[in-house]
Amino acid sequence: MDIIIIGLLLGGTYALMAMGLQLQYGVARIMNLANGELLIAGAFGTFWFFAASHASPFYALIGIVPLAFVLNWAIYRILMLPLVRRARSQGQLEVDCILSTFGLSFILVGILLAIFGGEYLSYSYLAQPIFILGEPYGLNRVAAFLGSAALCIALYVWLHHTRAGLSLRAVSVNPSAAGLVSINVTQTSALAFGLGGAVTAAGGGLLSMFLTFDASLGVVFTLKALIIVILGGVSDIRGTIVAAFILGLAETAVATLVDPGLTLAAAYVLFMIILLVRPEGLFGRRST
Amino acid sequence: MTDGTAPAVRGSITLSAREKRNLAIAALVLVATSIVPLVSSGYLLSITTSIVFYTALATSWMLFSGPTNYISLATAAFFGIGMYVVAWGIELMPYPVLIVLAALAGAALAVVVGLATLRISGVYFVIFSLGLAELVRQIMTWLQHVLGTLSGLYVLTDRTDEMYFWQLLALTGLIFLVGWWIGRSRLGFALRIIGNDEVVAVHSGINTARAKVVLFVISSTFAAITGALAAPRWSYVEPTVAFSPFLSFQVVIMALLGGVHRLWGPLLGVIPFTLLWELISAKFPAQTTLLLGASFLLIVYFIPHGVAGLIEDTLRQSPIASIRSALARWKSRNA
Repeated sequence: MDIIIIGLLLGGTYALMAMGLQLQYGVARIMNLANGELLIAGAFGTFWFFAASHASPFYALIGIVPLAFVLNWAIYRILMLPLVRRARSQGQLEVDCILSTFGLSFILVGILLAIFGGEYLSYSYLAQPIFILGEPYGLNRVAAFLGSAALCIALYVWLHHTRAGLSLRAVSVNPSAAGLVSINVTQTSALAFGLGGAVTAAGGGLLSMFLTFDASLGVVFTLKALIIVILGGVSDIRGTIVAAFILGLAETAVATLVDPGLTLAAAYVLFMIILLVRPEGLFGRRST
Repeated sequence: MTDGTAPAVRGSITLSAREKRNLAIAALVLVATSIVPLVSSGYLLSITTSIVFYTALATSWMLFSGPTNYISLATAAFFGIGMYVVAWGIELMPYPVLIVLAALAGAALAVVVGLATLRISGVYFVIFSLGLAELVRQIMTWLQHVLGTLSGLYVLTDRTDEMYFWQLLALTGLIFLVGWWIGRSRLGFALRIIGNDEVVAVHSGINTARAKVVLFVISSTFAAITGALAAPRWSYVEPTVAFSPFLSFQVVIMALLGGVHRLWGPLLGVIPFTLLWELISAKFPAQTTLLLGASFLLIVYFIPHGVAGLIEDTLRQSPIASIRSALARWKSRNA
């Protein structure tokens, strides 16, 4: 029972970061390997805000989210767009994106190391028990879950009930056809990329409430987010949420039953299974 | 791959004049380099050792990622496995046996990874390789925890720096030889087609999955052997060092800087980068990660085909080349 509840709480927070990556990969078509570093940057920002002001970390998100949006929007316009223009094929673009965002991830790690140093950081916020079904759980985990759920729902509603959300989904389905119905694909992709980054950084801020982190942890989160997105099916937001819960549960189960140091192995096992059984993802459609 | 001529027919061992010339040059360079430990033992030896070390890793990386365009970010995983096999067995078995075991362990991991991901699409392979070193590190740490051994292991042998250098050099020579052989074999031809257009490759009856897996295994085995050779030199092996993501990154950056479409390409990247790196890590020890990332971006944006590509472009446009091609045209008209 413990495993299920902690797993669900963790999965809810994972859902947010995976949605960020999904916006970047599913809509803007950029495989962003620096995604996890951005998440860690969000966590560092929240840590710094909390250490300086002792106000609720939720307030930190008010500053981090717009900042991350602008930063990612700029990354897309300045770094990614030249690659999109120079690429002769989707494959070429993928290789270039992988390489440049891989380089970017090291730059981000370098900046974080320069500012915050290489130690493990954590802070104590809402570190009191809350009782669910008679068992105690960390209130900070529950708070992070609720924050993440609120943002997920807001994002879902925005995607499905506004015109901007509709154009984002159109680009996600088919960029060239979206261009034909007078959607500005470049602008929409930049918006999706920026938004994805903002959502990821928010996920990092929420995760920092109960997680110990350091500058080099980004790659692990990039990997988890990628696995969630592939598990769910690249262009389906429902799949992403379901997959995030599956990963949260699997990781918690492994951490409790086997060893807390093996969470990445749990993610890899899931990845292997999905590759062997259903490479298009839970909710994905088989490409022709 | 060594030159622009069409791949030779399978089974033929006749060499063209050009191939003979290239082989002779390669052998000469190899012999010239092997003299280094005899004339110097200080700085020159250590920097040449670094260059040979990274040439071995970058060239073996390029064997797979060059023709297929599948970026492998997992060099450190195979390198670390090779290192760990030696660290674990050094008290139990003679060193040469351990090198073979390390190669087998690396190959086994590559087979698993290759079979799981290379049948589907390049993106999955990249994602899988991204966290592979971290995964293996976690499993190793856990295994050591379960078995109750210490997390750091000492590898104490009586091998000298000179022996280490010659071993690395021999391995590098072998890698070049294998790379050259692949380039003129059917396998290499198949891989170039896969790299150009995988759909075309499938339709021409190439078993693309098999070709990719075979090459990935070859490339990863060499990385594992390099790890096995490096273990005695590093003398202290622990998970964070053996599976450092930094190593994977350095290998990719050097190969890209040199150019991945020629066998000698990575070498051209390794030499300047190693020298530059000595300078950076001496002057800005705290900012190495940042500077490494920045130089990586510069290469991706401004030298997408590497130094080898730059050289070939210049040669193509040079007056000598235009005279040569004019001569060739004249010859063919008179023939």
